Amino acid sequence: MTSTEATPSPMLELLSGFIVELRAAGLPVSLTENLDAMEAITHIPIEDRDAFKYALAATLVKNNSHWRAFDTVFEVYFSLRGNEYSLGGGDELPEITDDDEMPMNPDAGGAGAGGGGEAMSPEQMAEMLFQAMRQGDDALMRALARQAVTRFAGMEPGRPVGGTYYLYRTLRNLDLDGVLERLMEEAQQESPAPLTPLEERLERDEFESRIDRMKKEIEAEIRRRLVADRGVEAMAKTLRKPLPEDVDFMHANREELVSLRKAIYPLTRKLAVRLARKRRHGRKGPLDFRATVRQSLSYGGVPADPRFRYPRPSKPEIFVVADISGSVAAFARFTLQLVHAISGQFSRVRSFVFIDGLDEVTQYFEGVEDISVAIHRVNTEADVVWVDGHSDYGHAFEVFWEKYGREVGPKTTVLILGDARNNYHASQSWTIKEMSKKARHVYWLNPEPKAYWDTGDSIVSDYGAHTDGVYECRNLRQLEKFVDILE
Amino acid sequence: MDYRFENPAAVRTRLREVDYLSDEAIAGVVFLADRLGKPILVEGPAGTGKTQLAKSVAEILGARLIRLQCYEGLDESKALYEWNYKKQLLRIQAERNSDSSWEDIETDIFSDEFLLTRPLLEAIRSEDPVVLLIDEVDRVEVETEALLLEILSDYQVSIPELGTIEARQIPMVFLTSNNTRELSEALKRRCLFLHIDYPDMDREKEIVLTRIPEITDSLADQVARIVRSIRQLELKKSPSVSETLDWAKTLLILGVESVTEAEAIETLNILLKYQSDIAKASKELQGDGGAKKPGVPRTS
Repeated sequence: MTSTEATPSPMLELLSGFIVELRAAGLPVSLTENLDAMEAITHIPIEDRDAFKYALAATLVKNNSHWRAFDTVFEVYFSLRGNEYSLGGGDELPEITDDDEMPMNPDAGGAGAGGGGEAMSPEQMAEMLFQAMRQGDDALMRALARQAVTRFAGMEPGRPVGGTYYLYRTLRNLDLDGVLERLMEEAQQESPAPLTPLEERLERDEFESRIDRMKKEIEAEIRRRLVADRGVEAMAKTLRKPLPEDVDFMHANREELVSLRKAIYPLTRKLAVRLARKRRHGRKGPLDFRATVRQSLSYGGVPADPRFRYPRPSKPEIFVVADISGSVAAFARFTLQLVHAISGQFSRVRSFVFIDGLDEVTQYFEGVEDISVAIHRVNTEADVVWVDGHSDYGHAFEVFWEKYGREVGPKTTVLILGDARNNYHASQSWTIKEMSKKARHVYWLNPEPKAYWDTGDSIVSDYGAHTDGVYECRNLRQLEKFVDILE
Repeated sequence: MDYRFENPAAVRTRLREVDYLSDEAIAGVVFLADRLGKPILVEGPAGTGKTQLAKSVAEILGARLIRLQCYEGLDESKALYEWNYKKQLLRIQAERNSDSSWEDIETDIFSDEFLLTRPLLEAIRSEDPVVLLIDEVDRVEVETEALLLEILSDYQVSIPELGTIEARQIPMVFLTSNNTRELSEALKRRCLFLHIDYPDMDREKEIVLTRIPEITDSLADQVARIVRSIRQLELKKSPSVSETLDWAKTLLILGVESVTEAEAIETLNILLKYQSDIAKASKELQGDGGAKKPGVPRTS
């Protein structure tokens, strides 16, 4: 029911802390949205944690790719709310409260922080886990997650270790992969006929989703305890992760790379639409002199109504020349992927990759439905090593100019991707100069922060002087912005 | 002011009565939209029931659904209002011989009689309850989006010749977007945001059971499981809920009681629309993918 009275002030305080943290994580929360959120929560029962969460999400998060960040912050700020999570006082770890249908000994909760003598042997615990997985019993899973964290994570108050460390320790002891295999074996034995591959797959999917749920429970449990130990703000800060569009290409970890890959497909769709629209609109053809004079006759010879030719915007041809050596490989990969995904917007896309040698890889992308397959081939098959496999921009550009320079024409836009860290080789920057004379545009995209340009062996300005612009492209946001100026 | 819904749970039950299976998020946001008097911006993959949500809400409220389908090039004469200029011309012609002054004619031809209402104005002026659906709002240009702002925040339309027309009642407004472009901040700020994703397996099964009452429980279960399995693959276009329903119907017509691999693969073209996706999925369903790496859980 509606509770129209003002929210209690601790809540208000918590909420404003929460919003500050959201902004710190990069979410654009405006003042009106903030006020909306405050109003929204007066309409829902505060005890209903899910409703509370959705109310905040609907008013504060207006982009689905920000959901994860929101979710993390929410879990940290409000993880201790809700009845089933109520904590005991002080630094004592949470006890198992929902001991209703649990066959295990309820005073196992007395184990407390130290771990040690549990009422249950490890074998019993493993068996319980197996049963919980087999039946997909959520209550039991939650209880087990608590038990497992108490027992295996070895959490100590005040210890400056991240949650992943505890998660790893707990999971290692639970051997969930082993459980999965056991479940599959049992499924095989239970069915009257041998399982067909399809059935087997479906069974496996089901068990995997349950195991995933179990992992999430454990993660949540660890987070709750860490928050209780270290306090909300500190925890939120530790867990703060960049939004997908702000992830730095050069320093992305595996998980971030996955989120980048997921983000790139919707981005390409958006860019394709935008480029196509831009081409159709906001453009007039050149003046049609004949038609204008003809029209002027009806105004007594005054050209009051100028006529224009039908616009025939030409699609540019794109040459991508990308450094794929270790440090910038991820960046090259995303840019290649992006450019090929929107290749319909260009008359032609040709790609070249280099380290110290250079190779054309256009054919890998042709007729391939799945761009990641092509990227994989680029990484494994392209012949890019000339001497020692250390970046040599000078030599690579020389080869490019020699072999393909003739094909660069007035319709060609050349994109060069790399950090211009040349290992102190000769720059051969005349190649770029020649290139920009012939090409429509030459752009250089550098995945390094601007502050690092021209430090050490980076000679980006040597090259950049001859291009139409050097752009910092550290994340998807900047890459997207750059594509906008392409035409 | 009277609220339409008592609590989120009520939204959920009533939506279920008209065969729309919502979840907590959907029900919660619809409830809030009513309480706060704000429009809902619904986003998500195609075929997950975004438009249907608006229709179902209209149905449970017994309200008329006014729909504005957006497209590139939509302008105010198609969205808001237009002066019926042919009729105005006729009027002027008819007045020519009489001795009425120009001022009289002017006030006359810019009156209600000559106004053609388009969906947005119609929703505002309606006496009876309406639900306004602005479909695929991402298709209009950013500039055109501005047309919507006044109506979304203040529920009013300003017509220079007539003045401001305010809403007689605050309608429920749904905007849907397939996210082909980023909507402007101004628009987003005025709306509650709801992302409808593919449903989880249990909900999908329920949807199949509700929408296709003839189907057996075990077949629905299998359908939902196989679809979940296919959605885990990296595909160009994952099967949507409507495609799941089509597939389930097909299986029903074919008289299938329990789906085997062969049947699944033969009918995959109903679920998936790209040849490469079909090839990939049929390979996976035959057990080429999962069986190769036993013990390694595929990461979502």
